[in-house]
Amino acid sequence: MSLDEIKIGGMGASRRRVEDNRFIRGKGNYVDDIVLPGMLHMEILRSPLAHARIKSIDTSKAWAIPGVRLVMTGEMMASRNLAWMPTLSYDTQAVLATDKVRFQGQEVACVIADDAYIAKDACEAIVVDYEPLPVVVNPIQAMAPGAPLIRDDKENQHDNVVFDWEVGDKDGTEKAFAQADVVSKLELHYPRSHPSPLETCGSIADFDRATSKLTVYMTTQAPHIIRAAVAMVAELPEHMIRIVSPDLGGGFGNKVPVYPGYVASILASILLERPVKWIEDKTGNLISTGFGRDVYLRGEMALRKDGKILGVRMHTDSDHGAFFSDAQPSKFKIGLMHSAFACYDIPAAHLTARGLYTNKAPGGVAYRCSFRVTEAMFFQERMVQAAADDLGMDQAEFRRLNFVRDEDFPHRTAFGFLTDSGQYAKCLDVGLEAIGYKDFLKQKEEAKKRGRLLGIGISTMTEPLGAGNSREYDILGIKMFDSAELRVHMSGKAILRTGAKSQGQGHETTWAQIVAHELGIPADDITVEEGDTDTAPFGMGTYASRSTPVAGAAVAMVSRKIRAKARKLAAHLLEVSEEDVEWELGRFYVRSSPDRGVTIQDCANAAYSNMPDGLEPGLENTAYYDPPNLTWPFACYIATVEVDPETGVWDVLNVVAVDDCGVRINPMIVEGQIMGGLTEAYAMASMQFITFDAEGNCVGSNYMDYLLPTAWETPGFELHEVVTPCPHHPIGAKGIGECATVGGPAAFVNAVMDALKGTGVRNIDMPLLPDRVYEAFTTRRDISGMPPVKTED
Amino acid sequence: MTSLNEEVFPDQASNVPVRKVTIRINGENRSANVEPRLLLAHLIRQGFNLTGTHTGCDTSNCGACTVLFDGQPIKSCAMLAVQADGHDVMTVEGLATASELHPIQEGFKDEHGLQCGFCTPGMMLTAKALLDENPDPTEDEIRWALSGNLCRCTGYQNIVKSVMWAARKINNQAAN
Repeated sequence: MSLDEIKIGGMGASRRRVEDNRFIRGKGNYVDDIVLPGMLHMEILRSPLAHARIKSIDTSKAWAIPGVRLVMTGEMMASRNLAWMPTLSYDTQAVLATDKVRFQGQEVACVIADDAYIAKDACEAIVVDYEPLPVVVNPIQAMAPGAPLIRDDKENQHDNVVFDWEVGDKDGTEKAFAQADVVSKLELHYPRSHPSPLETCGSIADFDRATSKLTVYMTTQAPHIIRAAVAMVAELPEHMIRIVSPDLGGGFGNKVPVYPGYVASILASILLERPVKWIEDKTGNLISTGFGRDVYLRGEMALRKDGKILGVRMHTDSDHGAFFSDAQPSKFKIGLMHSAFACYDIPAAHLTARGLYTNKAPGGVAYRCSFRVTEAMFFQERMVQAAADDLGMDQAEFRRLNFVRDEDFPHRTAFGFLTDSGQYAKCLDVGLEAIGYKDFLKQKEEAKKRGRLLGIGISTMTEPLGAGNSREYDILGIKMFDSAELRVHMSGKAILRTGAKSQGQGHETTWAQIVAHELGIPADDITVEEGDTDTAPFGMGTYASRSTPVAGAAVAMVSRKIRAKARKLAAHLLEVSEEDVEWELGRFYVRSSPDRGVTIQDCANAAYSNMPDGLEPGLENTAYYDPPNLTWPFACYIATVEVDPETGVWDVLNVVAVDDCGVRINPMIVEGQIMGGLTEAYAMASMQFITFDAEGNCVGSNYMDYLLPTAWETPGFELHEVVTPCPHHPIGAKGIGECATVGGPAAFVNAVMDALKGTGVRNIDMPLLPDRVYEAFTTRRDISGMPPVKTED
Repeated sequence: MTSLNEEVFPDQASNVPVRKVTIRINGENRSANVEPRLLLAHLIRQGFNLTGTHTGCDTSNCGACTVLFDGQPIKSCAMLAVQADGHDVMTVEGLATASELHPIQEGFKDEHGLQCGFCTPGMMLTAKALLDENPDPTEDEIRWALSGNLCRCTGYQNIVKSVMWAARKINNQAAN
């Protein structure tokens, strides 16, 4: 008789998490918890200025402090050809500044000492003489004639433009606009934000002179990419580098790039031949490591009177900071920005994108996002609401009218992506029903008569998750596949390793569920390991919701390879030919005699003790998976709010989320991901942003200024699901981790804008702080989030 | 009861004066010679090797370093080790007994109240202080009590449920 899949912790089971057993006991193993014999501590001296020439650096007082072992400067790095390193976007980034500093918080020097307190003291004893230079804090300033040249280190760089790029059908789009009855326009800023995992970045580099082997314990979401990068930067052979990513205290994209601190700790360990630990402080994390967003978007939509969208035009000016180190693997300069409008059937679209250098921290990371899809979907859903308003149409009906229909898949979007599945209208219906749409609209009208402002915001979107395929996605030339290795022991217990790396997603729990689903081995019998490049198969790590779409697929595929071999063993044990063997969960049986069967555990035992002639012993295998396409989950988020016209404060009344991420491996974990994502969406809509003053000082360099929502502000969420399996994924799953962060912000902002409908206010830039909402309401003007620009001295 | 005498941090060559502190930590008296500027969080982590107490923000905002100080939740990154001399401190490692998890720990696991686990020790200790004072809190009371502890993964809804789960279990145990 077949096993009960839920009982063995297979697919669909809300299995409680394996990793929790250590976390709830305080027995997690984060980088800062690791102590190696003879370990030293490194601290980084950062630039207080956003743009300045370094005239001199005097380290003599730092060297004089007892307990200081090494002081490193850019000059010293340069003598080893390590002052600059390549970025993931084919630019260069300073490890320690040599010529000038280009953003506040840039790494200028490092001290390695017996403990972190001494290292900090010594950093303060370093005297740097700076000559301040004019500062560029936004793309508008960066493009202005006569703007200071930030990247004067680069040959042939004569302005602050990182790239000019375009995609789509320019002529077709022009024709569409020529035929339009109505043209809707929108301009907005998606502010700079920081992923801000609670755990900052850090590393422990341990170079062993005797073996020439370098081991680095570090906070990385992608250990194998780091190994490739270290091999390149430090010119060490790959087999002499071991990267270990232990438990990570959150990542959200922040822990994908290569940071100067990692490189400096590695060089320090090589020079001192002792382990060197670097643990970044929170301010260092917020002001120097990869931010998210910071894009100015404008566009227009060509509309027919009946509500049909005919075409879309978009332009983006993105602020990349001082070094173009976007952590994104696509061949498209502005990532997947052109996945915008993918859920709508639009005949023509055109996007132009310009990237600019500024005197701000580098590295547009995919903050819980697939490389600019967050900005894309936010613009899309704000534009859709504006268009519906301009046409005087209901915002839900306008969406429904323009959705790609269920029967039209596969569908080629106007920008060239291939979407393959979904039930968009159904998701919208489930959401409208759950929120009580019609009743709310009545309630809103009633409230308006009494001077109360209620609003409802909808955001519907499909987004591309699970880079890559190898045709279009690579990092440093390495194609975006992923991997899984499964070893089934003699007892039928097993160990699984993948090239992904959990930062809270619960892979130790869910990967075992996929194996349980494919092989019938109880999930509790499967150990899952990730993050050690000496043991894990080569993979591209975890970000952009790619684990389940790619590594998860590899887990299913390797399990199937194991099952294929187990079938041979079963045939041998049952003394029938392989063709006469049938499979049900956990068991092979003889087709003509179903009572005669052997379990997967019997087969595992036979692989070591009773294999047929000619069959290789053992039961283990590896699968590398190159997905044929991205996965396309769909989501409908709806928020209702009440705005207080006296103060501009807005309260969330209800939030409904309908997610279609295909087949769910562990519903409990999926829902946890959605609620976390919705919270970040609410955060960005309401409070969470990093800005800069005219001198380039970062405002938001600690948790006093960079507001993250607590349990008190965060609203409750009501979750619903629709399931449209992914047609190409082996278990029908799609990505989910980032969906709510990507699609969520527009629901909140649209709700506030809906509450202000009729006031003439078309846009308030995020975050919708009460003073911005109040000002918009009282002045009847749009509020731009443009950072302050220095006009005169 | 063991009494350890640990030398924490002062470099031999630095001539920084040290003070001996004795803290009752998770029911055990432990002593250490520390620099006056050493933070309690660092003594707990590096001196006493209780690494379940995490340091997240250094500015007392995130709450990852929360411990119970004479029963009250405090942020150990904002207190000097010398200030804790003679006091009682409970860290996450003190929640479970050798054989049994604390109901708050069980609740966090059962209601999926954690993802990356970094905020979890601080969250659980704050929750313990709440339930010690208020065994049957409302959702609002829980949210307010936890508002000094940040979580970036869960969105708090499951953390609230976890605390409610624990409250139910504790109350049921008390009733039996």
